[in-house]
Order: sequence, then C-alpha cells, then structure tokens
Amino acid sequence: MKGWVLAIIQTGLLVFGAPFLTGWVKWIKCKLQSRQGPPPWQPYRDLVRLFGKEVVVAESASPIFRIAPYVVFSITALACSVVPMVAIGLPTAAIADVIVLVGFFALGRFFLALAGMDVGTAFGGMGSSREMTIASLAEPAMLMGVFTLAMTVHSTNLATMIGYLIAQPFQLYPSFVFAAMGLVLVAVAETGRIPVDNPATHLELTMVHEAMILEYSGRHLALMEWGAMLKLMIYSVLLVNLFCPWGVANDFTPLPLLLGLAVITGKLLLLGTALAVAETGLAKMRLFRVPQYLGLAFILCLLGMLSHVILEVN
Amino acid sequence: MSMSYAYVAVVAALLSGLLPLLWPRNGMAVKMTAFPLLGISGLAGVISGVTALAGGKGGRDILPVGLPWLNCHLRLDALSGFFLAVVSLVALVAAIYGPAYVREYEEGPQPLLPLTLFTGLFVAGMDIVLLAADAFSFMIGWEMMSVTSYFLVAYQHQHEVNRQAAFIYLLMAQVGGLFILLGYGVLAGFGQGFDFTHMARAQLSDGWSTVAFLLAFIGFGMKAGVVPLHVWLPQAHPVAPSHVSALMSGVMLKVAVYGFIRFTYHLLGGIHWQWGALALFVGSSSAVLGVLYALMQHDLKRLLAYHSVENIGIIYIGLGLSMIFAGTGHPALAALGLVAALYHCLNHALFKSLLFFGAGVILQQSHEHDLEKMGGLIRRLPVTATCFLIGCISISALPPFNGFVSEWLTFQTALQGPVLTNNILAALIPVAAAVLALTGALAAACFVKVYGVCFLGLPRSENCASARETGQGPLLGQILLALLCLFFGVLPSWTVGRLEHVARLFFPGGMPETTAHGWLWLTPVAPHVASYGAPMVLLGVGLAWLLSWLWVHPRRRKTPVRIGSAWDCGFGPLNARMQYTATAFTMPIRRIFRPVWPIEESFQESATGSPGGRYRLKIGDWAWLKFYEPIGRLLLAGARRLAMIQGGNIRTYLAYSFFTLLVLLLVVSL
Repeated sequence: MKGWVLAIIQTGLLVFGAPFLTGWVKWIKCKLQSRQGPPPWQPYRDLVRLFGKEVVVAESASPIFRIAPYVVFSITALACSVVPMVAIGLPTAAIADVIVLVGFFALGRFFLALAGMDVGTAFGGMGSSREMTIASLAEPAMLMGVFTLAMTVHSTNLATMIGYLIAQPFQLYPSFVFAAMGLVLVAVAETGRIPVDNPATHLELTMVHEAMILEYSGRHLALMEWGAMLKLMIYSVLLVNLFCPWGVANDFTPLPLLLGLAVITGKLLLLGTALAVAETGLAKMRLFRVPQYLGLAFILCLLGMLSHVILEVN
Repeated sequence: MSMSYAYVAVVAALLSGLLPLLWPRNGMAVKMTAFPLLGISGLAGVISGVTALAGGKGGRDILPVGLPWLNCHLRLDALSGFFLAVVSLVALVAAIYGPAYVREYEEGPQPLLPLTLFTGLFVAGMDIVLLAADAFSFMIGWEMMSVTSYFLVAYQHQHEVNRQAAFIYLLMAQVGGLFILLGYGVLAGFGQGFDFTHMARAQLSDGWSTVAFLLAFIGFGMKAGVVPLHVWLPQAHPVAPSHVSALMSGVMLKVAVYGFIRFTYHLLGGIHWQWGALALFVGSSSAVLGVLYALMQHDLKRLLAYHSVENIGIIYIGLGLSMIFAGTGHPALAALGLVAALYHCLNHALFKSLLFFGAGVILQQSHEHDLEKMGGLIRRLPVTATCFLIGCISISALPPFNGFVSEWLTFQTALQGPVLTNNILAALIPVAAAVLALTGALAAACFVKVYGVCFLGLPRSENCASARETGQGPLLGQILLALLCLFFGVLPSWTVGRLEHVARLFFPGGMPETTAHGWLWLTPVAPHVASYGAPMVLLGVGLAWLLSWLWVHPRRRKTPVRIGSAWDCGFGPLNARMQYTATAFTMPIRRIFRPVWPIEESFQESATGSPGGRYRLKIGDWAWLKFYEPIGRLLLAGARRLAMIQGGNIRTYLAYSFFTLLVLLLVVSL
C-alpha cells in the first residue's frame, strides 16, 4: 500500500515538476545570452493562462483533433508513473519496462502526428512528416542503447536496472560510455531541442513540433505543451538515473526518500544547465543533416553493444 | 470431438463453394447459401482449433480415400489447431463482411458464382493443408489453395492488370509448390513413407537435412512472401476483391508459415543454428524492405500488401531466433521465440484483415484506389474510420494493442542473445532487434501517412466528399476484428499460455515463467527481467485521461469550444490541394533511404510558358529489376533458341524422331 502511495506521489512530482525543468533551462539560457529572461516558474503561469483561455477549433477538424491532446498528455503521464525517479522498487515499475516506455512515446507521437495532419494545412502535414521521419531514425538508436544496458544488467525493467547499478561497485564499462553518448543524442532529438528542433521559433524552415500543434489553442494547447515538458523531464530523469544512479532511494523510509529527492533535484538542475549551455553553443541543423546526427547516435549505441558482447561477456 | 468440428469446417466450406452451383442464375440465393455456410465453417473451425489448442483432445484419423496404398491421414494437434483457429476466425468474419460487400459485383460483368465457388474451395483447401498428416493430402490441399486463389485474383479478368497479376501469382505458386514437393521427396526417400510419422522418423545426414530445409524454406517462403520472393504479393492482393485479399494476406500467408514450422520443427527436427541465422537474415530484410516499399505506395491495397511482406519478416525474425536458440541448446528460449512468432501470426491475421476490410469499404464507397485522391473520410465513414484507426495502431505495434505484444516478445527473445557462446551470433542478434525497431518506427510513419491522408484533412475528390457508410455486415465484421485486436493486446497472458502448448510439442520443457504474476502481468523470461502489465496500461491510460478531463472539465463549461476557420496566413481560404499529400509526407524518408528504391523522377515545364508543369515520380522494386527481369529475359531468349528447331516442316520432325530413337537405342544397348 505504501508503495502505491509513493508511486502516486512520485508520478505527481514528475508531472508537476516538469514545467520547472523547462523553465529552468530557458532561464539559464537567457542568462548565458545576457538577457533578462522569464523566471523558471514562468511555464506554470503560461499553462494556467492557457487553461483559462477560449478554445478555437478549425471547422475542418475531426474528433481526432480534440482527442489527441488528451491521448498525448495521458500516455505521457502514464509513462511518468513507471520511471523510477526518487525511489526504486515501486509497484508501478512492473507495469512497463523500458521497451514499453518507448512504445508509450511512440503512441503519443502517433496521435500528435495525426493531429498535425487533421486540419489539412500544409504546416501541420510538414511537421508530422518531419516528426515521423526523425522518430523512425531515433527509435532504433534508442532501443539499441537501451539493449546495451539491458544486456549488462540482464533486465529491461527500469527499477531492476537502476537497482543493479547501485548495488555494483563503481566500474566504468566501455559499453556504458558509448550507450550514454548515443542516448544523449537521441534524447535531444526526441525532446525536440537544438540542434534537431528549436522549441522557441515559429519559422517554417526550422520547426517540427511547433508545426504540428500550430492549430491548437487554449486548454488543448496547454495539454500538448505540458506533454512535451513531461517528455523532456522523463528523458532527463532516465539519463541521470541510469548513468549516475547514486542517491536513488532503495527503501521507503523517510531519510533515504528525502535524500533521493534532494539528489535527483540537484542532478536535474545540473543536467538542465548542461542542456542550456549546449543549446547556447550550438546552431540548429538542417533537416537533412539530422539523419547523419541520428546515424552517429545509432553507431555509438551499436559500438556500445559490440563492446559489451566482445569485452564484457565472460 | 475437435476432429469432428474440423470435419464440419471442411465440409461446410466445400458446400459453401459447391451448393450454389445448383442455382447459378439466382444471385440472391447464391449469396444466401454461400456466406452462411462459410460462416458455419469458420465457427466450427474456431471451436475445433481452440479446443485442440487449449489442451483438449486433438485427434488423428485415417480416411479410406486416396491412393490404394496410401490413405488420407489427418491429424489435429496444438500447432494445426492454432492455425485452424486463425484461418477460421478470419473466414468467419469474411462471411459476415461478404454479403453486403459483394453487392457491387452483382451488377458487374461477372456472375457472382465463381467468386463464392472459389472462396469456399479456397477456405476448404487451407483447412485441408492444416489437417493433413501425409505429404499427398498436404499437397492436394496446398494446390487446391493455390489454384482456387488464382481464380479469385483473376476474378475481374476484364482488366489487364488482374490477368497479369494472376498469371504471376500462379507461376510463383507453382514454382513454390514444386520446391515443397521436392522437400517432401527428400524426407519421404529417407523415411520410407509419405505420412508424417514416417517422415519424422527419417534419419538424415547433415547435408541432406540442409537440402530438405532449403527446399522447404524457398517453397514456403515463396508463398509467405519473403524478400526477394515477394513480388507476386503486391500485385495479387490489390486486384482481388477485398474480403479475398483479407483471406489471402491475413490467412493464406499464415498457412505457408504453418507449413514451414511443421516441416522444420516437426518433420525435420535436429535444427541447426545456421538455418536460424538464414531465417533471421531473410526475415530482417523482408521486414525492413517491406515497410520501406510500403511507404512509397499510394495505392491503398498495394501498400497493405507490402506491409504483409514486412509482417511476415517479423514472424521470420521470431522463428529465426527460435531456431538459433534451438540449434545451440536453449530449448526454453527457442520456445519463447516460437511463441512470439505464433502470436504475431495471430495478430497479423487480425489487423491485416481489419485493414483490408476497411480498405474494401473505402474503395467501394469512394471508388478511389489512390491515396492522393482521398481525404476527409473520417466525417463520411465514422465507424470504418474508428476501426481503421485501431488497425493502424495495432499494425504500428503501439501499446496497448495486439501488435505490440508480439513485437515485445520478439524483443525479449532477442535480448537473451548473450547466452550464446558464439560471439558473432550474439552480436548479430541485437542488430536484428535494431532492424525490428526501425521497422516498427517506419510502420508507424507509414500508417500516420495512410490515416492522415485518407481519413483526415479535406476531401481531395468529389467521390470522397460524397462517400457514405456501408451496410451493417461490413461494419459488424470490422468492429468484431477491432475488438479482438484490443482483446489480444490487453489480455495476452491467456493466449501466451495456450501458445505454449504448441511450443511444448517441440520443446517439452516449454517456456520459462510466462505468468509468474498472474494474468495481469506478462513475464516471458522472469518477473525481474521484464514485465508488461497490459491491463494495467489500459487502466492507467484511462485513469490519466479521466484525471486530465476532470481537470479541464470545469473550464470547458466556462469557455465552450468555438469553431472557426483554420489559420490561412491571411491569404484566403485553404483548399484541399494545399494540404500535405502522401508523396510529400514520405519525401524526407525517400531522400534518406534513397538507394533502396529504383526511382524515376522527372519534371516537365508547361509548354505555354505559364508557371507550373508536370512532375512525374515512379518508384519500382529492385527485386523485379535485378532478379526477375533477368530471369525472364533469359527464359525468353532460351525459348527463342529452342523455337528454331520447330520449323513446321514434317520431314524435320520425322528426322528428330528418328535420331531420338537412335540415341535411345544406343543408351539402352550400353
């Protein structure tokens, strides 16, 4: 019972903490660019504002257009419930392993892309086309990276993976280094950050995610935006907890839990800072450079896999 | 018990074909006898198959028909029971779907009779293949299936495309049949008998068993449609009537998979891992090439046909993994791979028939084959659109629908690769898994294209703007299949448990722990290794949906939704030609995977000098250009050479006969 309560609290933390992470990245980025910048809690204000606004739906829109925000948000929120953030061993972790998690993202993306094509504008179709193209290259790289980890720890269950890594004495596996590099590249592509996509622009040449949700307004837009923030949060938590698992609580007593919360907050803020630095230093790529970028991610993950099979299996 | 239901299935299918011959001119009576009997056949087959699979009594029987020294042996075990259930299920739904669908053909130039006659015989042929326990009955059923489906493909023979597709289909079916026959020949030669019990006891040397395996692999692969033997498939499926396409694509390909499993696992035994590596390689190539070719298609049914190539590839990946594990002494993992492949057979039968049924409704109601002329159909065909969406989600392997479960099981099998001591194999298996991941992601892209272009947006033609929903039969059939897709996606544990009975036929230990956590969780290897709680996923999505809706609902009352026009950048109203087309949607993928397709692209500016022009894009299939056309040219050239000796002069012919006789006498005298 205690486990379920903790699982719900942890899901809530992920869902309601996600806007802060997005705001944090933006705030740091503004500081780096010598701009005033909105405070890190600005995304909460934006969401509240959007939820209060009137919804305008195009007359050519079908029910898919109205269903999609709910599907995208609820499937991403469900994904939050299976990601070990503060503690491992929660009962929800058994619902889905990391392959199912990839499946959740794919389902959300499927509806997002359909919603983009629904109204029948050229922008929406363009965004959907680009999104599905990028995703079809990112997904194999992602799974390859995940498989590298899964083979080392003999499990695809996220909680088991993290638990195994905490229990091990620190050891630098070459396969992990490659997989980490590959997965970082994939995470950047999947969450629509620079250099693959730019969440801050509305230029038709550059946008992917924004093009799909261009027709949305009011609470629909709020759910879509929140879903995107959740995705960034999930990928960040996964990266920091898989590759630096220290501090994740192993049992459900208050002290480790509080410690775990403090540690994950610190790790996320650090990662957010690193992301902001990277986004400040890099320029957006052309769309047809993205396959090379994701090809690199795939090769890195493949190298990780091969080095595991050749060097680490005894 | 289950055996007698199987007889009912076969006899009802035969009657459904033959009985209408009594009143050939009365279209209504033909329909009213053929389809209910087909439905009875389907129902009986499902009952028979499920009871045989669920550990109930299968059975064997020897019928006093056939050759004097070889009676007809029949046998129903868990393997044939499973495939019988799959075949019959789709036949049952086709019987529900059919009557309203064939109304269109009643006014056409062909009488309805050939369609119902050959559909009945086709289903009966498939049932016989599944029940056969000797090579003769098997081949009779097999040929019955091939030849009757030839007539079904050629049904609308006034179109040249149909005749050509049917010819290629028949040609390849016969070549494939020949390979299978030779494969059985090898086994029968060593086993001293044509029935399966003798064949299974045959002691083959490694060389001969590999020869038999390769013959069966090519023969059954030709029918199943693996690359590069797939070329008949995208030609034959689009031209057949839609409920026949559903049967051919959803089910007949599975019969070929059944034949392959029966031949390799049961009759041949002693599986070598090299065979598995071959199956894995061919399966991976089929999966990824199938989906890439599908992405470039604009004809809806042709696109679906290429997806069959992809899905057969996924099934072969599962089988290949299973054979590798079987050949290296890991029977439990081999059982897991086999279960994954079988589960995908079931899933593909369900969602592919669903999609073909949906495509049939679209074709019938909008009279458009071409995706580029559709659009906006979700408003005209709401029920079909909903069912088609479920089919799209299932085939794209997205949770919580059925396609995901089997792909997940395949991934779990692949992840057990490191148990192999052979490093090269252990490194190749994850690459196959990555190919599977690429396939899944591309399939999702393809079905976003299909659904977005076909159902969403604005209608691109008059026909689509005025389409209307069909009668109740087709809708009921689609709804049934859509519900089954959800059912097998959400409650996989029961099915996996039953499929394990099939695996136990060949690997007595069965799988590791399937359902250690009860029916809620699926844990194919062990609970701490991987788990998937599909019912919990559905519940979780529902809960999250409810919460977000409750969050939003009070605001909904305060500010109701306003309907406005779409944002048009201030340039005047949008029209249907401005939205993304299927060609445009797949352009980035076409560019990234450029070498995969032979592409002819040209742009011709308009002669009058006004802006605009004509853009042509033609995308072929390398298998045609590089594999079949050279063979065809070679055959034609050879035939021309041979034709020279046929001068039409009777003296020359007499001379040939004389010299032949002379040579024969010489041979005899030696």
